[in-house]
Amino acid sequence: MDINFVIEKFVLITILFAISLLIAMYSTYAERKVAAFLQDRLGPDRAGPFGILQPLADGVKMFMKEEIIPANANKWLFMVGPGLAMLCACIGTAVIPWGQDMVIGDRVIPLQVTDINVGLLYIFGVISLGVYGVMIGGWASNNKYSLLSAIRAASQNISYEIAMGLSIIALLLVSNSLSLKEIVEQQHGFNWNFWYQPLGFLIFMVCAFAETNRAPFDLPECEAELNGGYHMEYSSMKLGFYLFAEYINMFVSSTVMAALYFGGYNYPGMDYIAAQWGPTWAPLFGTFIFFMKIFAFIFFFMWVRWTIPRFRYDQLMNLGWKTLIPLAIANIIVTGIVIALTNNF
Amino acid sequence: MAHNHPVYTDNDPQSELVTLNLGPTHPATHGVFQNVLQMDGERIVSGVSTIGYIHRAFEKIAEHRPFYQITPLTDRLNYCSSPINNMGWHMTVEKLLNIQIPKRVDYLRVIIMELSRISDHIICNTIIAQDTGATTTFLYLFQFREHIYEIFEEICGARLTTNIGRIGGLERDFNEIAFAKINKFLKEFPVALREFESLLNRNRIFIDRTAGVAEVTQEAALNYSWTGPLLRATGIDYDVRVSEPYSSYQDFDFEVPVGTSGDVFDRYLVRNEEMWQSIRIIEQALEKVKTEPKGIFHADVPDFYLPGKEEVYNNMEALIYHFKIVMGEIDAPKAEVYHAVEGGNGELGFYLINDGGRTPYRLHFRRPSFINYSMYAKMSEGMLLSDAIINMSSMNIIAGELDA
Repeated sequence: MDINFVIEKFVLITILFAISLLIAMYSTYAERKVAAFLQDRLGPDRAGPFGILQPLADGVKMFMKEEIIPANANKWLFMVGPGLAMLCACIGTAVIPWGQDMVIGDRVIPLQVTDINVGLLYIFGVISLGVYGVMIGGWASNNKYSLLSAIRAASQNISYEIAMGLSIIALLLVSNSLSLKEIVEQQHGFNWNFWYQPLGFLIFMVCAFAETNRAPFDLPECEAELNGGYHMEYSSMKLGFYLFAEYINMFVSSTVMAALYFGGYNYPGMDYIAAQWGPTWAPLFGTFIFFMKIFAFIFFFMWVRWTIPRFRYDQLMNLGWKTLIPLAIANIIVTGIVIALTNNF
Repeated sequence: MAHNHPVYTDNDPQSELVTLNLGPTHPATHGVFQNVLQMDGERIVSGVSTIGYIHRAFEKIAEHRPFYQITPLTDRLNYCSSPINNMGWHMTVEKLLNIQIPKRVDYLRVIIMELSRISDHIICNTIIAQDTGATTTFLYLFQFREHIYEIFEEICGARLTTNIGRIGGLERDFNEIAFAKINKFLKEFPVALREFESLLNRNRIFIDRTAGVAEVTQEAALNYSWTGPLLRATGIDYDVRVSEPYSSYQDFDFEVPVGTSGDVFDRYLVRNEEMWQSIRIIEQALEKVKTEPKGIFHADVPDFYLPGKEEVYNNMEALIYHFKIVMGEIDAPKAEVYHAVEGGNGELGFYLINDGGRTPYRLHFRRPSFINYSMYAKMSEGMLLSDAIINMSSMNIIAGELDA
């Protein structure tokens, strides 16, 4: 094997990992600042200028806190839970194409860790696994509130995965591929999938909110009823892992939405930029655009959280099973008919 | 029922039910009280309420205190609207002593009471929003409670446990800053309240969460002697301010809002509308105060109203009264009185039996939270956990008033 290949991938993975963690860290800061902005407050402003060091302070605090494992908890699973949540959150970014192939000298470097031909399925698999962290943590805590929360999380994620999967099927009909790289390539310029699949995107986005346990679907950690739910008994960095995993999941969901429906690194006028800047810098600019889209989605997540109330458990299920799934199926049928008509006539 | 032994036992291994302790320290209880629930998944099968975690035996303590020293005890009943409790107590004693209160004092008292009603309703309604997850709406309105406390601070020096007023009137007149602050509040608060309503009243999720939850029939509400916004939400227009006016409430023009189904949404709407009506009352009271002679802030009852320090040092009569009041030399008439005011949560009554001495022979507080709460466990049966918690928030159970 080419040693350069190994180095390339190693560097890419390291950067990705660092970026995921950095974005998760600063998402916590951004969340507090956005909340403060929406609520007429200042938000964190003590640590460093504009409170910019607040995430570091929080991180140090998390590490220094005493670690408490409840006496009656299942110790092994209690420790596995947050680890699993974090692991599943971090490996999701592996199949995301971050930019067009970059050319340095005569070497072509793909800005993607791996382009597996079922990339979309991989992402779904990883997201589905994510709920195990919550379930195991909630169950192992041996606390009734945590258990209720774990049950809520499990049923919520399973229900919304179905609608999410169905909304993706319509997208697959349009794109004819499961490879994320290909799907993104097809959306060259301004030819974004969103224009073909607006309803699909809406369903996907609602499900993404539910999958990441964000408001208005944050029932598993509903602070008014379940006092934090599955991570109620956790302390120290184990708690930090759960909170971090949530923000990384939010980042991954935003990334997937941006890549599938909003063209990923594609933007109008990209050919002109590529011609002007050359094949080394233009892809990086595409990556920059991609991140802008991701940040816009992350902001949207926060905006929603601080604006609307949360659903009740049965209303959540009703929305998932009685509204989103029929809509997604209708979307598949309409998409199929339109494609069949445009191909044959 | 539930004293120092488990309410439910989980001995049956075949049982599908889970016992869940909701409280005593649970964020949704907003105070110290417990509900032991039998849960079938998310659904509550049955529940038992345990109260008394902050029982301070106020009624017993009151038997050993002169009347004017009982006011601080009433502060600690419903501490979200202490001034109403204070005023209710003063008026009870005034009824016992047959003291006529000047109109201006009545109006000033109405201003204070309506301000505290607003602060009480702000707490309840924003907490409903908070418990449904709408934190931002909670914060929008909640800062106005702070402004109300600033007004209280200007009027009496204290914020939460106000100990406001004295038997026979107020301990001092409103100063110019206090009036300025009230006017400022009247200008700013309606804007925020309108914004708060626009965020929730037509919010689909909020309506889904609250409408139809914990519906109560008029019959059930009356059977449990509910009063206040909870009763009015069922459609019964009982308001002590109207049915038995005190402190010159008959001089004011305001409406008593009623609901239809008694569910959480109706209670929320009733409380919101009451805030609007309170604003109206305060505006009218400010106008009325202007027409009254200036500077009167207490009735002329030297036997019971403590004279100012300056007078005590310079005037023999005042010194004598001061001594007699403080040493408890003045006896009150032998009588039995009941006086009720419309508190934040309903009819707040004081049942006072005096045997002629300087302290009550027996004093009973009719605490609306305690009486309203008696239906809670029964209401919760068959509810989802989330609904039970919204229901609790909308009943505005204040632990201090629940346990006394």
